[in-house]
Amino acid sequence: MKFWHLIWSDLRRKKTRTVLTLLSIVVAFVLFGFLSAIKQALTGGVVLEGANRLIVRHKVSIIQMLPQSYQQRMERIPGVAAATHQTWFGGIYQDPKNFFMQNPVIPEEFLDMHPEMVLAADQKQAWLKTRTGAVVGRKTAERFKWKVGDKVPIQSSIWSQKSGSFMWEFDIVGIYDGRDKNTDTTPLFFRYDYFDEARRGGKGLVGWYTIRVTDPARAADVAKLVDAEFENSSAETKTEPEGAFVQAWAQQIGDIALITASILGAVFFTILLVTGNTISQSVRERTGELGVLKAIGFTNTQVLGLVLAESCLVAVLGGIVGLSVAWLLTSRGDPTGGLLPLYFFPVHDVLIGVALSVALGLVTGFFPALQAMRLRVAEALRRI
Amino acid sequence: MSEPSKDGALVVVDGVEKVFHRGSEDIQVLKDLHLKVPAGEFLALMGPSGSGKSTLLNLIGGLDRPTRGTVSIAGENVDRLSDRLLAAWRARHIGFVFQLYNLLPVLTAERNVELPLLLTHLSKAERREHVAAALEMVGLSQRAHHYPRQLSGGEQQRVGIARGIVTDPTLLLCDEPTGDLDRKAGDEVLNLLQALNREQGKTIIMVTHDPHASARASRTVYLNKGQLTNEQQA
Repeated sequence: MKFWHLIWSDLRRKKTRTVLTLLSIVVAFVLFGFLSAIKQALTGGVVLEGANRLIVRHKVSIIQMLPQSYQQRMERIPGVAAATHQTWFGGIYQDPKNFFMQNPVIPEEFLDMHPEMVLAADQKQAWLKTRTGAVVGRKTAERFKWKVGDKVPIQSSIWSQKSGSFMWEFDIVGIYDGRDKNTDTTPLFFRYDYFDEARRGGKGLVGWYTIRVTDPARAADVAKLVDAEFENSSAETKTEPEGAFVQAWAQQIGDIALITASILGAVFFTILLVTGNTISQSVRERTGELGVLKAIGFTNTQVLGLVLAESCLVAVLGGIVGLSVAWLLTSRGDPTGGLLPLYFFPVHDVLIGVALSVALGLVTGFFPALQAMRLRVAEALRRI
Repeated sequence: MSEPSKDGALVVVDGVEKVFHRGSEDIQVLKDLHLKVPAGEFLALMGPSGSGKSTLLNLIGGLDRPTRGTVSIAGENVDRLSDRLLAAWRARHIGFVFQLYNLLPVLTAERNVELPLLLTHLSKAERREHVAAALEMVGLSQRAHHYPRQLSGGEQQRVGIARGIVTDPTLLLCDEPTGDLDRKAGDEVLNLLQALNREQGKTIIMVTHDPHASARASRTVYLNKGQLTNEQQA
C-alpha cells in the first residue's frame, strides 16, 4: 500500500473537518445498531423453533379467552402433533417497572412443546412435584437474584384468588436457559392446575394455544382445519405461525420494520449529503495539488482511486467505530428492564452495517472522484 | 525511449499553434512556432506576460496538446499519446519545477520528493535511497522530515527541484523557478540548476522573465505574442 501515507495525510489536512465528519458517521452507525437491536427484540423472537408451531388465539382479540376443552379437539385434527395452552397472568413483582411475563402452563406439555427452553432434569421433577412451583428464565433470575428455593410473591393485575387477594406466591423450583441466542429467558412459568384451582373466576378458560404440526410444509392447511373446527362457535379461533403472532403484537406499536427503515433511511441520506459535501470540498480545495500529481505522472484512474480511497477510509472507519460502540452498548442487554427481552445486535445486521459503510464511501466519493479524474492538468495548475 | 533526432535535438517543436476557446472567443497563444533544443542544453524562455511561455512549456511537458503542429521529445511525438500513456511518459521523462513550488503541505520533504517514485516499481528501500540522494544533491538531507511550512521559500524550491530530478528524467522543465524568491534564495536555486546542467548534463528548459536568471542559461530565446522573435547565446 505505497499510496497509504498519501491518503492518510490528506485526511489529516483539515483535522477538525475530518473528525466532525467521522463523528457524524459514527453516530449514524450507532443508531443503526440500536435500531437493529430494537427491531430484533420486537420481531425476531421465536423464529427458529416456530417453524413447526402455530398459535391459536381468539379470533376477536388475544385478550379474549378460549375454553380449555378445545385442547382435546385440536389434538384430534389431522396434522396436529400436540397442543398446549398458556394464559396471560399480568403479574407485577414489587414494582410495575419490573415487567416480565408470567404464565400458567401444564409443565410436561409445555416443556415438550418448547425444547429451546433447557431445564435440568431434577428441576423438572421438582416442578412436577410442587404444586406452587415455578420455573424462571436465567435473565429474570439474575436480575432479581433469585435462586432455587426462593419464595416469590407476585401480584396479578387480572386474577384474584378465591380469598379475594390478588397476591400469589410461587416457589422457585428451577431456572431454565435458552438453547439459542434468541430464546427469551425472562418469563416465569407456573402450574396451571394450581392457577385454575385457586383463581376466583375464569375457570376452565385459557389465553391461547400453541400447537405443533407434524409437517411444517402443511402448516397453512392445518391452520385452516383448526379454525374450521371452531367456526360458528362462541369462541372462534384465529390460527397463525408463531412468528406472525409475535410480529402482530409488535404491529400494535406500529410497523416496526417500516419505522426503523424510515429512520435509518433519513439518517443515512443526511450523512450521505454531509460526507459527500466534505469530500467535494476537499477535492475543490486541492485542485492545484491534484494537478501537480497529474503533472508528475499520476493517471486519471490513479487520481480517481485516491479520492475514492479517501472517502471509503472515512466511511469505513466511522462505520466500524459506530458499529463497535453499538455492539458494546447493546450487549448490556434490554435497556427497558424487561419489555425487550430479545434485545441484541444480530451479527447479520453487523455485516450489513459494514457493507453499508463501504457503500457510503463509494457513493459519497464517486462524484468528487470523477471531478478529480476529469481535471485538465494545465487548467488545474493555473488554479494554484 | 527513442533517440534524439538526427541533428542531436532532444526537443523538437515543429509548426506548433495553440488556440484556447473561451466561450465564443478564440485566443491564439502560439503561432507557427519552431524550436529545437539539443540534449544537454540549458535553455531560457523569456518574454512578456501573455507571450505564451508557460503554454509552450506545458506543450513540451505533455501537460497540454497543440492545436496544430507536433512536439517530439527524443523522437517520440508526445502530442499523439493517449492521456494514460502521456501520464506514464511524463512520469518517466519529465521533471517539473514550479514557480510556487507546489509541494503537498501534508507531506514531509522526503515524502514530497518520493511522489514520482510511487509510480515506479522500485521497492520501499530503493525509493528511500533515491530520495536521500536527491535531497543530498540539493543540500537538504537534514530537512527530510520537515514539512513545507517549516522550510523557507528557497528550501521549498530546492525540495521541488529534488522532486523534479529524483527519477532522473530526460528533461527538466522549470516554470519561473525563482519568481517567488528573493535574490539570495534565487541564486541558490539557479546555482543548483546550473550544476545539474553542467555536471550531470541535464537538459533544462526554464521559463523566466528575469534577465538575471536567463543569464545562467546557455541560450535564451524570446517569445512575443506567440512567436519566437530573438535568440541569444550565453
